[in-house]
Amino acid sequence: MKTTTDPDIALVEEIAHTSVADCYQCGKCSAGCPQGQKMDRLPSTLIRMVQYGDVVEASRSAAVWQCVSCLTCSARCPKSVDIAGVLDALKQISIRRKTVHANYQRTVAFQKAFLEILRRNGRTNELEMVVLYKTLGFFGDVSTNPLRSIPSALKDAHLGPAMLLKGKLHVKLGGPLKDKALVRRIFKKCEKKVES
Amino acid sequence: MKYGYYPGCALHGSSYDYERSVRACMEKLGVELAELDDWICCGATAAHSINRKLATALPARTLAIAERDGFEQVFAPCPMCSMELIKVGNMLKDSESLRTEMSEIVEDTVSGKTEVVNLVQIFQGCGIDELTARAVRKLDGFKPACYYGCLLTRPPKDLKFDDCENPGSMEDLLAALGAEPVRAWNYKTECCGAGLTLADGDSVEDLSYKILSNAKKHGADCMVVACPMCHVNLDMKQSAIEKRFKEKLDLPVYYLSDLVGLALGIDAKTLCIDKHFVKCGV
Repeated sequence: MKTTTDPDIALVEEIAHTSVADCYQCGKCSAGCPQGQKMDRLPSTLIRMVQYGDVVEASRSAAVWQCVSCLTCSARCPKSVDIAGVLDALKQISIRRKTVHANYQRTVAFQKAFLEILRRNGRTNELEMVVLYKTLGFFGDVSTNPLRSIPSALKDAHLGPAMLLKGKLHVKLGGPLKDKALVRRIFKKCEKKVES
Repeated sequence: MKYGYYPGCALHGSSYDYERSVRACMEKLGVELAELDDWICCGATAAHSINRKLATALPARTLAIAERDGFEQVFAPCPMCSMELIKVGNMLKDSESLRTEMSEIVEDTVSGKTEVVNLVQIFQGCGIDELTARAVRKLDGFKPACYYGCLLTRPPKDLKFDDCENPGSMEDLLAALGAEPVRAWNYKTECCGAGLTLADGDSVEDLSYKILSNAKKHGADCMVVACPMCHVNLDMKQSAIEKRFKEKLDLPVYYLSDLVGLALGIDAKTLCIDKHFVKCGV
């Protein structure tokens, strides 16, 4: 699906498997976006920026990580542009180019913690994930957003005892995976493909 | 009927109440579930946000396991898991080069031929007539707002069992069992904030408040969901939402299998309804 010679636009289209040139800026994606009210740039604006090749600047937007991946935009696009896919591409580019918006380092820390546990265990362990996320998020905040570091680290802590009472915090979850090494090999191969 | 069963991480963790509820219903209906051997996580939001190749490979591994062990149908009660498995299955069916690439990455042959279904589809498969024939109790007095969220019906090209803008399959099912679902309300398919519960709690509270308050305004006395993440956000976070928006909501949140299970005569404790945070009067 090669429609451009601009390497940044091509990268977005390659990750998202969609053609951004098809967008004619009707704005339906932005109108239906549940996070639109909060966004510094609306989904249709981000698509326009990508069309112009302003990909790195687009990746700096808070909107990139405010996106909740609900897929409403892609489902409604009259031109079948996978807008949510483009937002995913911008997420990935913001990590690679270190352009993640300062207020959303924690969201990135959460997704990274999730994948790290997955790489180790093949499945998610919620307790392990919370501990890793809170630690990563805390150190991320200390450098970028120090005022938020301690309140964010303590947020939701009150739910712990209540979850324990309901039997909802298991230290040991399900059965362990027999072939964890295979999961690590899958990760390695996928990461290699992204780098190349 | 025998299905390969893919619980996913949530159902083996904090949403174990959903698993118990689903399993109790399946047992009652004679649907046999065989857990897939050594299944791995679908990657959820993290994989597609950080490495899209991984977001294809992880579900492909699980589909390869299902094919290897001869399961033609797989049941995944979490809509995030079922959507990822269905989507990747369709991508594989459409592309020979992807099949080759993924078979190499996941170290087993994968073609995407497995049919994957979610909870609504498995009840639809049983048939409304069959369910009403087996019901021993009418769901009198329940006025649920059925909340579909995002991934039960999106992306519409992969999930075709219902309309993606105004679905009605859960309402049809519960109405047949005697409930009076609220059909007209505004937030059936709006997002609750999903997996951002921990990472961006404010967004989750804003979005979930809109859903709960709108359902209540339209006459609902409870919510019905078929997703572990929707349940966490609408149920576990409800008291924090009430506090922040200074509004009493008091809406019990049932899994679809809870209400179907009650109609089938399964008791509330077996369905783990007592494990929900908002008190359910059953």
